[in-house]
Amino acid sequence: MNSLLIEYLPILIFLGLAVGLALAIVTASLIVARQKPDQEKLSAYECGFEPFEDARIKFDVRFYLVAILFIIFDLEVAFLFPWAVSLGNIGVFGFFSMVIFLLILTVGFIYEWKKGALEWE
Amino acid sequence: MIIQTLAFYLFSSVTVFAAVMVISSKNPVHSVLFLILAFFNSAGLFVLLGAEFLAMILVVVYVGAVAVLFMFVVMMLDINIAELKHGFLQYLPLGGVVGLILLLELILSLGGFIISSQSQSSIAAPRPNINEVTNTEAIGNLIYTNYIYFFQAAGLILLVAMIGAIVLTHRSRENVRKQNISDQINRRPQDTIEIKKVTTGSGV
Repeated sequence: MNSLLIEYLPILIFLGLAVGLALAIVTASLIVARQKPDQEKLSAYECGFEPFEDARIKFDVRFYLVAILFIIFDLEVAFLFPWAVSLGNIGVFGFFSMVIFLLILTVGFIYEWKKGALEWE
Repeated sequence: MIIQTLAFYLFSSVTVFAAVMVISSKNPVHSVLFLILAFFNSAGLFVLLGAEFLAMILVVVYVGAVAVLFMFVVMMLDINIAELKHGFLQYLPLGGVVGLILLLELILSLGGFIISSQSQSSIAAPRPNINEVTNTEAIGNLIYTNYIYFFQAAGLILLVAMIGAIVLTHRSRENVRKQNISDQINRRPQDTIEIKKVTTGSGV
C-alpha cells in the first residue's frame, strides 16, 4: 500500500467505527426497547387538529437562484486551490491566466449585484 | 493491500446500491439522500485511485452544492408520489431506448479508444509520481498554462450559467420596502423636523 493511502487509513477506521456504532445503537434499540407501533405515533401533530395539507410545500424559486449562484462561486474557489498550490511553478503566465478567469467571473458578479439578485427583498 | 481491496469492494458496492436506490426509491427526497451517499462513496473510490484532489472536490462541490440544488429542485416540483409511480411503465420504452443509445455510444467511444493507434501516443505523457508531486500540484501545473483555453472556457461557461440563472429566475418585486442608505444619510433635519413654540394654555 502506498503512503497516500496510509494517511487515509485513520479515516477508514473512523468510518468503520461510525457505521458500526450507528448499527449497534439502532439494533440495540430494536431489540431492547418495547415496540408498540401505532399509526398515530407516525402522524404529524398539528396542535390537536387534523393537518390541513402536506408538510412539503413548494419552495420559492429564489432559493434555487441562491443555490446556483453558490455553486458557481464554489467552483470558482475550487479552481483557486490548485492554482495557489502550484503558483511557484506556473509563473507570471499562470498568475495572469487566473486573473483573467477571475475577471470574467467578476463581470457576472457585478451583473448579479446590479440586477439585485443578491438581495432577498 | 487486503484493506485496499476490501475498501474498494465496500465503496463500489455501496455506490452501486445507492445508485440503484436513487432511481428506484419512491420518495424523491430519499433519492437525493442516496445520491449524496453515492457521491461520498465515489469520493472514496477516487481516494483509492490516488486522485485525492478529485475526491475532495467531489465532496465539496457535489455533496455541498449540487445535492443542495437537487434538494431545492425536488422541493420546488411539488411531486405527487402516487402520480409519479403511475407513469413509470408508460415511459419505460422511451427511457430504455435512450439508455440503450447511451450504452452503445459508450461502447463505441471506449472501443475506439482502445483500438485506435493514436490513443497510445496520447497517453505517453507520464503521470508524475504521486510521492513526489501531490495531486493538487500536478493539476495546478497543467490547467493554468498548458490548458489555458479550456480553463478560460470554463470561466465563460460559469459566467453564462450565472447570467442564465439570474435571467430565468430573478423577478424584481414590486411594493417591497427596501433600505436606501444614501437616501437615509441625505435626509436633513430641516426637511423633516419642525419646531414650534407652544404657549402655555393654548394648543398647537
